[in-house]
Amino acid sequence: MSKIAISLTVNGTPEQVLVEPREQLADLLRGGLLLTGTHVGCEHGVCGACTVEIDGVPARSCITHAGSCDGAVIRTIEGFGDDAVMAALREAFAREHALQCGYCTPGMLVAARDVVLRLPAADEARVREEMAGNLCRCTGYRGIVRAVLSVLADRRQVTALG
Amino acid sequence: MKPAPFAYARPKEWSDALRLLAAGARPGAGTQSLGPLLNLRLAQPDTIADLRHLPGYAGVALAGGAIRIGAGTTHAAIEDGAVPGRAGEIMAAVARRIAYRPVRNRGTIGGSLAHADPAADWVAVLPALGATAIALGPRGERRIPTVGFVTGIFETVLAADELLRAIELPVLPAGARWGHWKFCRKIGEFSKATACVLALPGQAPRAVLAALDAPPLVIEDARALMADPVAEAARLLDGFPDLTAWRRAIAATALRHAVAQASAA
Repeated sequence: MSKIAISLTVNGTPEQVLVEPREQLADLLRGGLLLTGTHVGCEHGVCGACTVEIDGVPARSCITHAGSCDGAVIRTIEGFGDDAVMAALREAFAREHALQCGYCTPGMLVAARDVVLRLPAADEARVREEMAGNLCRCTGYRGIVRAVLSVLADRRQVTALG
Repeated sequence: MKPAPFAYARPKEWSDALRLLAAGARPGAGTQSLGPLLNLRLAQPDTIADLRHLPGYAGVALAGGAIRIGAGTTHAAIEDGAVPGRAGEIMAAVARRIAYRPVRNRGTIGGSLAHADPAADWVAVLPALGATAIALGPRGERRIPTVGFVTGIFETVLAADELLRAIELPVLPAGARWGHWKFCRKIGEFSKATACVLALPGQAPRAVLAALDAPPLVIEDARALMADPVAEAARLLDGFPDLTAWRRAIAATALRHAVAQASAA
């Protein structure tokens, strides 16, 4: 099958690449652009390990064809170095023991950042609902939920003081 | 797994999309259902026509007392209130429980309906809301009631040369009562039984029973179900002789919960 030429922005860098039509975005990121922070788990949209930001919102890179991302702006876990919310989440994940092997963590963080920004009033039940699309086989989720809740609480306190 | 090879086309006009379809292309929208089937090699199309760039494919408009929802409108947009009025409230609550937010950000209402997975949410909810599917074919647009639109597992009344272009909904009165209950052991997984009830003031309520490995069962006059949900659910489920006992029990429970929600003040 003939390859498709696409242009996309990945972590702020413009990229022009040739992709196979069947190539998933996750495989382009990992194999083509060597951004191996994005992990591939179930490859059918259930486990959430491959979650990246596409045009500002989280999406599954294992069931999004790279060819459909012409013109898209992608941000992977490597692209959040200067993001304050992600920095707070990283710290909270470490403090609350929200990871062990780390395989699910990049997807967890991208999903959690969206929850924190989209649902500032989320309580524990809502955080559990919203994070249900990211599977962790190590921690049992308590630490992950605590970590997300602590970042939400800190941000609410800052808002209240501000 | 990785998908079997296929060719990719990105039509910019509806006429181009129809030409690709006539040549045997498989339409794709958010690919949140098709993508897994491709990865599992359960679907192996020669060509995928990516509909996401067609003019007017996504978006919601009010026209002539009806709400027209572009087939490419995402579940997340509906969850966030893209559809106005009482129907929008109902649909936002349904959308919030479809799979997971990163899936809802790409998955579309039209893709889900046309894909016709019996466990899909819009397959159950749109007939209950009295929605109409707007199909586009070589002879122009065709209006198809969503009651009867899905005819089997992954099967619809869409002709091979037709695309689903939009969903049209009546504007519902503020007093419309609604019940919706589905059984998922885990948030976001496929439903094992779904029931919906819509009760409009002054009309017989309508109910739908779905996600039973079969096309949705639409009960156009659900007065008997509302009056005695236990007995009527048992009678309706006699029409599904192949269901295992636990699926029957869950389906009956779904109907009872949906009726109770729609009956509440």
